[in-house]
Order: sequence, then structure tokens, then C-alpha cells
Amino acid sequence: MKTDIILSGVGGQGILSVATIIGEAATRMGLTLKQAEVHGMSQRGGDVQSNLRLSDGCIASDLIPLGTADMILSLEPMEALRYLPYLATDGWIITSSVPFKNIPNYPDETELAAELGAQPRVVALDVEALARDNHIPRSANVILLGAASDFLKILDASTLRESVGCIFASKGEAVVEANLRAFDIGYDYVKQLNLNAL
Amino acid sequence: MKNNKLLLLGDQAIALGAIQAGISGVYAYPGTPSTEITEYIQDSPIARERHLHCTWCTNEKTAMEAALGVSYVGRRALVCMKHVGMNVCADAFVNSAITGVNGGIVVVAADDPTMHSSQNEQDSRFYGKFAMVPILEPSSQQEAYDMMDYAFELSEREKLPVLVRIVTRLAHSRAAVTVREKTAAVACTGRQSVSADWVLLPANARRRYLEVIAAQPCLLQLAEETLYNVLSGTESVEKAERGIIACGIGYNYVMECYPDGCPYPLLKISQYPLPVGKIACLAGACKEMLVVEDGQPFVEEQLRGILPSAYTVKGRLSGDLPRTGELDPDSVKEALGLKSAQVYVPAHNVVARPPALCNGCGHRDVYDALNRVAAEYPGAKIFGDIGCYTLGALPPFRALDSCVDMGASITMAKGAADAGQFPVIAVIGDSTFTHSGMTGLLDAVNDRANITVVISDNLTTAMTGGQDSAGTNKFEAICIGLGVEPEHVRVVVPLPKNMEEITRIIREEINYPGVSVIIPRRECMQTLNRKLKQKRAEKK
Repeated sequence: MKTDIILSGVGGQGILSVATIIGEAATRMGLTLKQAEVHGMSQRGGDVQSNLRLSDGCIASDLIPLGTADMILSLEPMEALRYLPYLATDGWIITSSVPFKNIPNYPDETELAAELGAQPRVVALDVEALARDNHIPRSANVILLGAASDFLKILDASTLRESVGCIFASKGEAVVEANLRAFDIGYDYVKQLNLNAL
Repeated sequence: MKNNKLLLLGDQAIALGAIQAGISGVYAYPGTPSTEITEYIQDSPIARERHLHCTWCTNEKTAMEAALGVSYVGRRALVCMKHVGMNVCADAFVNSAITGVNGGIVVVAADDPTMHSSQNEQDSRFYGKFAMVPILEPSSQQEAYDMMDYAFELSEREKLPVLVRIVTRLAHSRAAVTVREKTAAVACTGRQSVSADWVLLPANARRRYLEVIAAQPCLLQLAEETLYNVLSGTESVEKAERGIIACGIGYNYVMECYPDGCPYPLLKISQYPLPVGKIACLAGACKEMLVVEDGQPFVEEQLRGILPSAYTVKGRLSGDLPRTGELDPDSVKEALGLKSAQVYVPAHNVVARPPALCNGCGHRDVYDALNRVAAEYPGAKIFGDIGCYTLGALPPFRALDSCVDMGASITMAKGAADAGQFPVIAVIGDSTFTHSGMTGLLDAVNDRANITVVISDNLTTAMTGGQDSAGTNKFEAICIGLGVEPEHVRVVVPLPKNMEEITRIIREEINYPGVSVIIPRRECMQTLNRKLKQKRAEKK
């Protein structure tokens, strides 16, 4: 069994910390992992992506082939759509619905939301509003991870939740608690959607 | 012996492998995708305990030369750089084959095909062949780690530097690496260097060059026998439709296409010079050959001199693989005639999102001021350089007329001024200035060139993530020491509230007929925020 994930967002949004949590869980479960990251110039507010591959067997390539990713996990809706050609036809898009507009020609928001919504398997959630309303403004990315957790068949959600605790442990109890709550908020959000496919 | 598994970037695997091979130090200048090698050593408890050298060098040439000094006294040194850094240290690198080494030297060149963060796609393997030294090209993080021990032993046994060539997708990809628990003691050959080998006067150099040439058959033999070059699938009596040569990480893309095993004869190459015997054996087992190599067609070109001209060789030169850009599993799949998976059509509502200078960045105020003044001088030329501030070439600033190589802003400005251009402004960062700008400034001073040099000083090497900058707190002294008139070395604080003062000073210095230097100085927002975060955490 293998799970290939394209993580995407804008430089500085923190996709690499999401990757670190998934990586921790995968390592603890004894899975093989390869994760190609983007460093350098693009981290200055440009589009960034990471190829994260998990498997219970060998992984050859560090890069995911076109049309084979099981998930696009994105902190920004246009960045989710950018990698559509990498998604398998039965793959899921789990994305923040909040546009990050740092360019003058950002597409029309309504059209963008419509195109995203027209994809067959997509969960788009306003992670920033959820974070704000729950007074955990710094944990939007962990809410997104919680929302994705039930789709990552190769990892179980409870292991992933434990990894949230492990990764933030050095930052103190309050930070761990806020991020565990963020994870649960994302997880519950998807549960109440009652997606048949799950 | 107990083995541990660690999740490491390719860069980190190399760093740990080198520490465990008993290096005395790492010598490097930051450059994507090589930076994390040195950073790992800087953060390593063993390296700290052993006081291994790991501070940044001013440029790749000083790094390579310092490593030669380490080698001269019988100790091991690691040298790291991005591919274009090989151009900067080429003089020292090529001559290090002629001097030979005493303590092992391993030079890691991190190539960046697709130019994720670079100015060209040059393939460092050419430098290894040019200098006639062994080249290693790992295919995985594990191999990168394992190769370091091997590389230092090889270097000391053959008395030549060893080039390790990696690419972005290995340097910046993470995987589990099984590491040895044991770290070798800091190594020392205990041999004295023979000065006649190191004094490259023509008589000595001619003798040494013949010795380097005489060593080549042995290097070839090693490449034939090494466990890193593996030939498989040649047992069949009948000729296969095709054979494959896969170099470095190209091997991974081939194996991605054949999860149940490659159905063709396959030669994986991770050590050069090219094992011509193994290649002949592969050629005899198949009707044609596909070369899967990342970067430039280094192997494919050489095959045309190794195989009969009628033999079909496919690769990047023949057009079967793309001529430019990094390889990926899809381009390799296509070259192997395999069908790609069904793919969604690209979305409509997606536009490019180029990188930009951070909000609040001092470079922004520098470009704002330069654009205001340049508007008063139609035809003004602003020559740029390499770093975050190259982004000043993009909207909204569009302030730069050039960006070529480290330091070229000052020397191009001088050349343009020599040829009669006015006004001429050079924009260069603090780290780039000490890397390669100082010598050009001396040229300008000696010729009294009418140029205005802006050293945009953010107190760090920002582009690569905030490494120490060699000239911090020394720029006024350096410029005055090189002969710039002290009253024409001006320091400003790039903030919107100082715009009037900054533009006035730029105007004054443009109108001064000689070399002037303006130093806008304000800390990088990234390093500032990191420090503030750290302080907050310490308070807690």
C-alpha cells in the first residue's frame, strides 16, 4: 500500500510543518517515506509544494508521477488547483478555501471557488475562520491536517493526532493543547459533512 | 555494531557521513541546494565537541583553497557548493588534481537542473572529467551517506580530490537513512606532504600532470569494479530490444516505471570515469541504449566515442528525453514508451505566483528610492547582482537592467561607465559584495570610474536562509581601504520615513564624478523575526 500526497501553498504558510507531522506519524508506524521539498528563492512568497510519499514497501522516485497522487493537501485554493494534473482520478483535494492574494492578477474568487467545487472529490474549508472562532489563530494548518486525516488511508487518524502532540511538545502544554484541539476541529468538520465515499 | 535510522535530507546524509568519516572541517559558501550540508555540521553535537571547522567562507574559491591546506597537513576536509560555485573555485579545483592530496578532499557540487534557484543548468560532472578526478553520483540519501566514507578513502588512496555530484531532488529530499553508530576519530594520514608536488612551477606541474594521466587506468578499473556501478539483466542469449544506462537519481525514475523489476538490461552508474567495459557488455546484450541522466548529456556524448557510430543511443541529446530541465518520472516513462496515468486537465483559474521581496524588507525601500531618482535621469542603468534583491527586477519595481553572476553588478557598471554611460548604478548585497564584489570595486577605484555602488546590507546571507555574512560591520572600512574617498562612503537606513534623505544622497553621489558607495543598512525581516521569536520563547 502507498499514499502519495502533494502538499501545496504559498512560501511562508507552513506546509513543511504539516509535512513534518505526517512524516513523524509515518516513521513511528514503520512506513517508508520520501519527501521532496522546495527551498531557496520560491520560499519568498512564491508558490511552494512538497511531494510526500508514504509506503509499506519501497519508494523509488522522490517525485510523484502525473495522475497518481492520492491527495492534494493545500493551504491555499489556487495552489490546490495548480497541481490538479498530479491528482489520481480517484484522489481527494483537501484545501483551505481562503485565497492568499499577494499578486495583482489573482483569479476571480467566485470563479476559482466554482472550479474547485466542480472537482469530483474535494473538501474546501475556511480554516482561518475556524481557527479564529476557536481562538487558536496560529493553528489553521493543523485544522487542515485534521480535515485530511481520515482520507490518509495508510495512516490512522489517532497516530497522526499523537504526532501533533509529539511535534509541538517542545513548545509547551498550551501549544500542544491548542493544536490537538485544532486537529479535532478539522476532523469533526469532515465527519459532519457525511461524505459517502468515506 | 548497532544501526540507527534517521530521517535525513540528502544534504544532511552527506554531512553526517562526512563527520563520521573523520573530517577536520567543512569549507563552504551558502548556495541552494547545497546550504544544508554545512548547516547540519554547524548544528551537530559531535562537530561541536570536536571543534570541527564549520564557519562560512567568503566564497567557494577561498573554501577550496582552505581545504587544500587542511589536506596538505594530512587531514580530511569537505568542500560544498552549488554548481555555479564550481566556476568560482575552478582554478583551485582543477589544480588540486595536479598537486594531488594528502588528507582526503571531497568536493560536493549540488547541481540545480530546472534552475529552481539558479542562473544556469551546468552539469558539474564535466568539471570532474576536466580535472580527471573520480566522480561519485549517489542515487539515494542512503547511498549519499554511505559514499562519504568511501569517497575519503578513495581520495587518500588515489591521492586525488573526489567530486560528489548531487542534484536538487536528492539534496532537498528526505528519506530514512540507516546510519552507523560509530564515528571514526578525526583522521590524519600522518604523512608529510612533498613540497615539490605542491609547488606548481612548470617543471613540477609537468611531472605531476603525467602522474595524474598515469593514474587514469586505475580510476577506470575502480569504476569497473565498484559496487556503485551495477550491471543487471544481461544473462539472456537473445539481444534485448533496449538497454538502459541510469545515472544517479535517474535510476530511481527508471525503477518507478518498473516496480516489479526492470525488464531490460540495466547499468546503474554512480561512479566515474565511465566504466567502458560494463558499457560494452551492456551494448552487446541489447539492440539500442537509452541514457537516463539528470543535467546535461554528459554520458550520452561520451558513448558516441565508446560505441560504434551505427549503434543507436537515445537520451537528452537525441530528443527522447527533454534537453533541458530536471528529469521526472513522467519524462522517463515517455522515453521508455510507457503510458502515463489518466490526468486531469490543468485548471483555468491558476496564474503564476512569482516570489517577491518580503513585506517590510529594506531592499524594497532601496528600490523605491532608486526608481524615484532614476526617473530624473532618463536612460540611467542599474546593474544588479545575485540574492533576494534580484527580485527587484520583477514588478512592482522593475528596477534592474542585469543580473549575471556574483559580483558582476560592480564590474559591469564600471565597464558601462568606461564606455561612456551615465549615470551608472550597481546594486549588490552585503554577502555578494564580500564574495566577489571587492576586487571589482578596486578596479573601479583605480580607474576612477564614474559609478555609484549601492551595497544593500541586511546583515545576513538572506536568500539561502540567513547565514552569517563575511563582511558584517566591516563594509565602510573595506570600501575606504580599497580607496573609495571616505566622504563618498554614505550609510543610510532604508525606511520609508527616510526617503527624502536617501534620494538626496543617491542624487549627490550620482553627480560626484568618481566611485561612490552608498550602504543602506537594515536587518533582514526574516532573521529579525526569527530572533524576536527566539527571545519570546526564552522569556517563556
